[in-house]
Amino acid sequence: MKRRTFLKGTVASGMLGVAASAGLLAPRMVLAAWPEAAFNAKSIDDALSSLLGGSSTAESSDINIKAPDIAENGAVVPITISTGMAAESISILIEKNPSPLACTYALGGSTLGFVSTRVKMGKTSDLIAVVKSGGKLHSAKKTVKVTIGGCGG
Amino acid sequence: MAKKNIRIRAKMKDDVAEVKALMSHPMETGLRTNKKTGKKIPAHFIKEVVCEHKGNKVMVASWGVAVSKNPYLSFKFKGAAKGDTIKVSWDDNKGESATAEATIG
Amino acid sequence: MKKLLLITAAFSALSAPLFSQASPVDDLKAFRGYFLERFPNVPLEEFANGVYAVNPAQREQWEAIEEFPPYEIAIEEGEEMFNTPFKNGKTYASCFRNGGIGIKGDYPYFDEAKGQVETLESAINECRTKNGEKPLGWKKGKIASISAYMAYTTRGQIIDVKIPHDQRAMDAYEKGKHFFYARRGQLNMACAHCHVDNAGNRIRANTLSPALGHPSHFPVYRSKWGELGTLHRRFGGCNKQVRALPFKAQSEEYRDLEYFLTYMSNGIPWNGPGARE
Repeated sequence: MKRRTFLKGTVASGMLGVAASAGLLAPRMVLAAWPEAAFNAKSIDDALSSLLGGSSTAESSDINIKAPDIAENGAVVPITISTGMAAESISILIEKNPSPLACTYALGGSTLGFVSTRVKMGKTSDLIAVVKSGGKLHSAKKTVKVTIGGCGG
Repeated sequence: MAKKNIRIRAKMKDDVAEVKALMSHPMETGLRTNKKTGKKIPAHFIKEVVCEHKGNKVMVASWGVAVSKNPYLSFKFKGAAKGDTIKVSWDDNKGESATAEATIG
Repeated sequence: MKKLLLITAAFSALSAPLFSQASPVDDLKAFRGYFLERFPNVPLEEFANGVYAVNPAQREQWEAIEEFPPYEIAIEEGEEMFNTPFKNGKTYASCFRNGGIGIKGDYPYFDEAKGQVETLESAINECRTKNGEKPLGWKKGKIASISAYMAYTTRGQIIDVKIPHDQRAMDAYEKGKHFFYARRGQLNMACAHCHVDNAGNRIRANTLSPALGHPSHFPVYRSKWGELGTLHRRFGGCNKQVRALPFKAQSEEYRDLEYFLTYMSNGIPWNGPGARE
């Protein structure tokens, strides 16, 4: 009885450890690649610390954010981030969203510092792009206005 | 229910392969309420998108619920040539997945 | 510089002249002339792009979406549905001219046998019921996808609605025209108030689209809906927005309105399906 309770308590690390060493699960698949804590973080600093190991970024004029000044519809805001830097990753955060981290892109060695996508913005907010390059974090931001439409509501 | 669908357009521009992908997915945030039942509509969103070229992962995207419904993604990479195949796959939070291949034109 | 909504008297000073024209041909000339004068830098065919023909900032966002528009998925689904045989073995192709390809321009038309305006969606459902299948919902989903596919194969053709020498057809046209210019709802506004008098002006954070060319890009994928919707879905939505009870999709009122509006867009290319906010 006691033993069972003991195993139950440590099942999270224990069982997985056993499985891995038994060769049943490759370590790559055991570890969640998806940065859950970062996506659940409620502040930009927390999201960046969790995702990239730090929250201080250097503002860079070499990061271009193409996004509308006024979003036609907050549910579909087309944005494009581009940079001339050799980027290891590009992350997009929307300050006033319930969880600021929208998406992050890990780029291969020959992949350009360019990403285009469409995001949801709940309200007028800063859109922040963080580029990891040369081990350092660089950022740029743009304010995008989101309003209630008159026609569509 | 929309089919699981990934549409890919890939073409060479000089020495850069430009890839555009449109995926069919509700990208439900989990924050909306069903007006009829009063219950929250559970989150259902793509978590990861991987693009592979010749066995290499040229891009791995990690997405949250803030990516728009029927998501769009575009990126560019070097080292490819016309006629090469690229593969785009996604996994979502419900364990569903989809994959598609395209030839770079 | 905000241009606020102008609501003027009874039938509105601006669109009144448009309402009082004598014949459809005169109406069309006046209607088209009004918009070409109001937007002198917009060529006639650009009105197929609606609000994006008259608002550069929104056009930029629309162009970004058109890079890979979300309705492409629906076109593919529509094509598949179109080519899937009914239980009796027949397909949609058997109900339409040219196997249903490139024929959206045949609609709407006044069906002299039935004595009413026939629309593409009504023809799609009639094809289904004729072949033992249940009709589809009118406003979204499968019917919108099939309509999107059929609109897509018609893209580029020029809108050319005809009104036959039949008093009933003229009546349908006149009813549609009347609907367009009549006030309704708690806000007591007519379609014309927004889409003629105030086309290009702002209503809160939206820009009002010109009525010229309105039906050209349907069915439409609206970001707001996150999916496709038919023309009659939008009619209902618009009526609700002036706090009027909407009519049913494919009701006589909306079919007549579609008949009038599409005739007013003669000369403009069919441009469906479209992407809008």
